[in-house]
Order: sequence, then C-alpha cells, then structure tokens
Amino acid sequence: MSETKKEPKIRVDHLTKIFGSHSQEALEMLQNGVGKDEILEKTGCGVGVSDASFTVHEGEIVVVMGLSGSGKSTLVRCINRLIEPTAGQIFIDDQDITSLTSDELRHIRLTKLGMVFQNFALFPHRTVCQNAEYGLEIQGLASSKRREKAMVALEQVGLKGWEDHYPVNLSGGMQQRVGLARALALDPDILLMDEAFSALDPLIRSDMQDELINLQNKMRKTIVFISHDLDEALKLGDRLVLMKDGAIVQIGTAEQILTNPADDYVARFVENVDMTKVLTAESVMVKPKAMVMLSAHGPKSALRFMQKEQVSQIFVYDREHKVIGLVTADAASEAVQRHETELHHIMQTDFVSVVPDTPAADLIPIMANLPYPLPVVGPDGKLKGVVIRGSLLAALAERGRKNNA
Amino acid sequence: MPRIPLGSTIEAIIDFLVTHFSFLTIAFTRIMENVIRYLENGLLFLPPWLFIVIVAGITFWLTRKWGIALFTLLGLLLIWNMGLWVATISTITLVLIATLTALSIGVPIGILAALNNGVNRVVQPILDVMQTMPAFVYLIPAIPFFGLGKVAAIFATVIFSMPPAIRLTCLGIQQVPRELVECADAFGSNKWQKLFKLQLPLATPTIMAGVNQTVMLGLSMVVIAAMIGARGLGGEVWRAIQRLQMGSGFEAGIGIVIVAIILDRVLQHVGTKKR
Repeated sequence: MSETKKEPKIRVDHLTKIFGSHSQEALEMLQNGVGKDEILEKTGCGVGVSDASFTVHEGEIVVVMGLSGSGKSTLVRCINRLIEPTAGQIFIDDQDITSLTSDELRHIRLTKLGMVFQNFALFPHRTVCQNAEYGLEIQGLASSKRREKAMVALEQVGLKGWEDHYPVNLSGGMQQRVGLARALALDPDILLMDEAFSALDPLIRSDMQDELINLQNKMRKTIVFISHDLDEALKLGDRLVLMKDGAIVQIGTAEQILTNPADDYVARFVENVDMTKVLTAESVMVKPKAMVMLSAHGPKSALRFMQKEQVSQIFVYDREHKVIGLVTADAASEAVQRHETELHHIMQTDFVSVVPDTPAADLIPIMANLPYPLPVVGPDGKLKGVVIRGSLLAALAERGRKNNA
Repeated sequence: MPRIPLGSTIEAIIDFLVTHFSFLTIAFTRIMENVIRYLENGLLFLPPWLFIVIVAGITFWLTRKWGIALFTLLGLLLIWNMGLWVATISTITLVLIATLTALSIGVPIGILAALNNGVNRVVQPILDVMQTMPAFVYLIPAIPFFGLGKVAAIFATVIFSMPPAIRLTCLGIQQVPRELVECADAFGSNKWQKLFKLQLPLATPTIMAGVNQTVMLGLSMVVIAAMIGARGLGGEVWRAIQRLQMGSGFEAGIGIVIVAIILDRVLQHVGTKKR
C-alpha cells in the first residue's frame, strides 16, 4: 500500500442507487434520514446503495464485503455503470464516469475497466480463445493480433493448450481463469471482480486467490473485489470496505477492522476469524521494559536495570538506536565479578527477531523454544517492541472473549 | 339494445382499402404470379428422378442421417409414382415463398420485440389475435386484394404462419442469460455487436424451432388455401372432397404428410446441429 498523497485511481463520492420508478422521491426521503424499510413501504423503491464514499488507489486491492443483499454487487456495477447510479459521482482518473455519454462510457469500459463475473459469464458458443478475444474483437483489432494477445492472457492464467476447447468442457476453476484472461487481454487499469471466486470449491478458490495475488504482484492493477467471504477478503484485500443494508459501515485494513470494529454488526461479521492469521507481531507486542546503550552503559548498570524491572535479559542498542544484541543477567553478573566495564564481550549478537507485520500464527513456532522475549524490529533497525508469550496469548484470548460476549 | 356494428365496420374499412389500394395489390399479384410460375418451372425443369436424388443428397448433407435421406428418397418416389409430382412442386413453391416472407418479416419483429418493451407490448396482443383467429378468416380479405389464386394463398399463409417466428425469436433472445448480456455490456459492446455476437447466436436453436413451426403452419395453410384456388396438393384434396373420392384424397394427404416430415426433420437438425 502506498502512503503517498497521490490522487486516487477510483473515487466514489456519495453514491446512491435506488431501484424503482419513484426514485427521486425515495432519494429525498433517504436524504432526510428515512429508513430503508419505510421508503420501500411508502414509495415501493428499494435502496440498493446509500450514500457510499470510498477511494481506491492505484495498484491496490480493495475488497468490498458484506452479506448478500448488502448492496456490494450494485455498488461495483455502478462503477462501470452497468447499473445507473441515482445520485452521487464516480471518478476514474479524475474523470466523472456518471456524466459520460454512452459512447464515451463504452470506450472507458473497453480501455480501463475489466470485469470478472461470479458465474464466469463465458460465452458458450465461443471457444476459450474466442472468449478471451471478445474485448479485443469489440475494439476492432485484426484477428491475428487479437489471437496473439488473447494467447498471452491465457498463458498468464495457465490455460495454454486449452484455447480451442469450449467452456462447457472446462472445470469451474478453469472457466474462471478464462473469465480472468478475457479481462486481462484488454490490459485494463482496473479490474472489477464480482464474487469472482465464490462459485468455486474451497480448494480451487484458495488456489485462485493465490494465483490472483501472484498476478497482482506482477501487474499491479487496481482491483475492486466483491466478496461475502471474510477469509477471502482478509487474504486478498489491502483494504476492506464493509457494507450493510446498502451503506458502508467501515473502511480500513483487515487489522483495523478486526481489532477495532466500528459497531456490533462488524464485530459479529468478523467474530469467526482465525485471529492468529490476522493479528501481527506489531499488535501483540509490548514495550520493552528496559534497554541499554552500548557506548553509555556497562555490565553493572545493565544488571541494575534488569533487577529493577525483574527481567533476565536486556536488549542493547547503538548510537543510532539500532538493536545490536542482548545481554543476559547471568552474563552481566559474571562480567561485574570480573570487573569488566564494557558490554561488548558479553553481548549476544545472533538473536532472533521479526518484522512488525509478521502474522501471529508465525510467531508461535518461533517463540516455542526462545529463551528471551521476541524482539520486533522495524525496517530502520530500531526495536519497536517485544513479544512475550504472555502478551501473545493475552491478545488472542482478548479477541476470543470479545467475540463470545 | 343497438347492435355494435363491429362486422360492418371492418367490412367498411376493408372496402375502403380495396377501392383505393387494390390497384396496387393487383399489380403486385400479376408480378408475383410470374415469379411463382418461373420458380415452379425452374423446379420442374429437372427430371423428377434427378430432383429426388438431389434432394435426398441435400437432406443427408444437412442431417448426416441415412434414415432421413432414405425416407426422403422413398417418400418422394412414392409421390412421383402417385402422379402428384407437379402438385407437390407447386405446394413446395408456395410454402417456400410464404415462409421466407413470413420469416423475413417475423424474425426482425421478434428481435425488436425482445429488445424493446414498447414494441413487445404492442406485438403480443396482435400475435394472440393472429394465432387464435380461425385460419379460414384470413382467406376472405385476401381475395379482394389479390384475387383468387396463389398470391392470395401466400398472403393468408404469411399472416397465419408468422406468429411462431416472432414469438420464438423474441423468446430466444430474452432467454440469453442476464449475466452474459451484462458481460457483453461490461466489455463495451454496442447494440449491434451484442445482437450479432451474443444474442442471435445463443438464440439460434430457439429461433430455428420457430422457423420449423412457421414452415409447418405454412404447409398446413397452403393446403387450406386450396379453397381460394392455390392448387397444389391441397387442390387435389379439395377436389377429392368435392367428388367424394376417398382414394385420391388419401393419396394427396399422404403426399402432404411426406413433405411435412421431410421439412420437419431437416429443419430440426439444422436447428440443433450447432452446439
């Protein structure tokens, strides 16, 4: 995820979609705070999406998540205007999609917006290759050129050799690869993936998710992924957008949403997640109780710190505040008896450390036989904190208790 | 209570049309009669045995079924043997012209009805009327416009056989899964691209079922139209009825059945061959 202040690739601004013939009336009621059910009763209009705003940055995967009927599919269809929004705007590269003429819109769909569908939506009368060629054919490319491009796309998704088969002869996973290739063949900036893997078996789904992550590492597309499966969302999404009843209830990274759910709905939604996969070293670490500086402190002061804080080892940092080793209480007291004044000789420099976003699941085996607290070291080499067995278990137990409450 | 003058109004309208426009339709009739004659003569130009072999060959090529080809061969030979060859050719010519006309009007209307709700709402009730109106009724106005004979028969046949072509074309296009149409849209297809690359190919089996129905209805109407001088196999049946000749009536009837079976089997295969 980029932290830079770039303009977002997609900006959805106060988007509302109301289905039904009295949509303007319903829109006014909605803006006056009237509830969804009452609007349906009074005007016969269904609120699909209600005042949704979010951004997607270039190269980012944003997963829009919610139960069925929460408006996530409607939301994504508003982005390429398969469904016309009732109010609000959508900007792609700062261009207002909602104000385009139908010709301009078709051009944007062809050049910038690839789409992958839940039930694959392959054309049954076309071969795998002809399916992958579809968008290029609409673009009016010569047939040899488009076959060439389609073949590259098919190769990317691992379907080389299947180009002359018909979709009906392919398994579900392979069919969705064709769907993906069809979108990729156009080399769009943005991929809209509507429950793309939901119709697949769990194992195949997991494979496809891995494959998408691999492809994304190479291609850096901007992806809006719709899913009702939280595990999938956590695996794929750089950020998640959580929807309920057409409205967005929370936007954030997986960890933000899991550790700090905005309301009961989100909390319930996330309660069955395996926390060890979501919590990271950073979120379960504690502040180190004491540290010594190599140039300023000797064994004696190190020992005193340890006695004061009742720990049996202490980390040592250098002038730049980088962690360079640790000293145990035993070694320090022996050094004191030998009247040594420097930490150099007694310092262990080959200690195990982890980076802040290491998943908690990976911490458990590392810590199993570790005689000292696990240091969490940032990319700048500074000690961010330590993970002690107690803090890890406490963090996991804490989440468990909240969920069962 | 006064009687609503429905029948007399319709009569007045048709009278009006006949007085003002029949010169056009009669001129059209003269031209069409020539076209029909040339077509018939063209089909009769080949000696029957050669024609029969060619047709049997074509049915085999279209269906890849020996059984159907053999039936065609034997069936047509039987017709020739019964002395009904010229009548059969005449019937086939009428069916050919009538159904081609019905299809070239019906299929586009079906497409329009499928894509446009307004058109659909107008077309559906008209189709209901067309399909439930007794076939004989169409024969009556056909005569003042086109005179007694084959052109009037074709007119009545076109009207009678068109509804299934419209209905099934419309149905076939509406049955294309919504997600596929959405997909074509998402990939920036325009209306024509969507129609020719997606909707028509997927609707083809259903449309072909409509073509089949149209041809079958056309065949039955062409026989009925013998009453207004369409001749052909129907003419043979009609004459047999008037003279109470049971034998020759059945012979002509069998001839019609043979032609119907051949057309039906061939068209069914054309419709389902593509996968």
